[in-house]
Amino acid sequence: MQMLTKAFWLQLSTPKAFYPVAGTLAPCFMMLAVILCVIGLYIGFFVAPVDYQQGNSYRIMFIHVPAAWMGMFIYLVMCAYATIGLIWNTRLSSMMASALAPTGALFTFIALWSGAFWGKPTWGTYWVWDARLTSFLILLFLYIGYMSLQAAIDDQQKAAKASALLALVGVVNIPIIYFSVKWWNTLHQGMSVTVTDAPTMAPSMAWSMFIMAFAFWMYAIGIALMRVRTIILERERHAAWVQDLGNKGANHG
Amino acid sequence: MAEFFAMGGHGFYIWSSYGVTFLFLAIEVFLLMRKKKTMMQRLARIARMNKK
Repeated sequence: MQMLTKAFWLQLSTPKAFYPVAGTLAPCFMMLAVILCVIGLYIGFFVAPVDYQQGNSYRIMFIHVPAAWMGMFIYLVMCAYATIGLIWNTRLSSMMASALAPTGALFTFIALWSGAFWGKPTWGTYWVWDARLTSFLILLFLYIGYMSLQAAIDDQQKAAKASALLALVGVVNIPIIYFSVKWWNTLHQGMSVTVTDAPTMAPSMAWSMFIMAFAFWMYAIGIALMRVRTIILERERHAAWVQDLGNKGANHG
Repeated sequence: MAEFFAMGGHGFYIWSSYGVTFLFLAIEVFLLMRKKKTMMQRLARIARMNKK
């Protein structure tokens, strides 16, 4: 039995076997993301009360905080895949790492953007060189660097290796972001939600935030599966099974 | 309704954040679907060329 399950997972880790599986799973995750998003936003706008200090602007937090979590979380997952690809030379892991990068960059951008539009009415400025904001901007540059490096190297294996190393060096930025509000006493507020303590906000606010975080998480998985399919087609275009897909398309069109 | 969109004077900031977020997520999905389509077309074109 153990042998069988091992064989199953090894089999699934080939691009050929994973391609149809990803195709089936991606729409399921996208559906989940939409449903969770509707619930999360309903709670966020119609159930959660107005904040007595910030007024309504705090409702930006329902996308800002989940987007920031995803920006950091996707970076760690991307690094994990890149490292596995680096050590065991598994093609699908490197493909997954590449598939996650644009979405991680997008969430990082959304966190910065929504943070700016929260900062203006709250702090009176869109941007300030605060430790949290600056380290988060560096995260965006790391994603951009990772993608540019991959795009600049033609040899796929070399591109995967070089970019994996860049991602690994950059991982030092993640704890810096996380602890920045503790280490440096600058403008960005401390953590309202931590792993160990209960959130310091109204339950409906926390619920909206968590549900939106799950929605973004499901979206990230769905979109990464969609993207890895295009990457598989691109990198495996000389494989017989990909050419068979082309044959089918030629007969239909 | 108008009161809801005004968000107590914070409407501009809230809808700028939400608008850009969901616009960009939708663009990401759209671009990927288009890319998938052009790649399938390219594979089919190569297959047709090989047949001739």
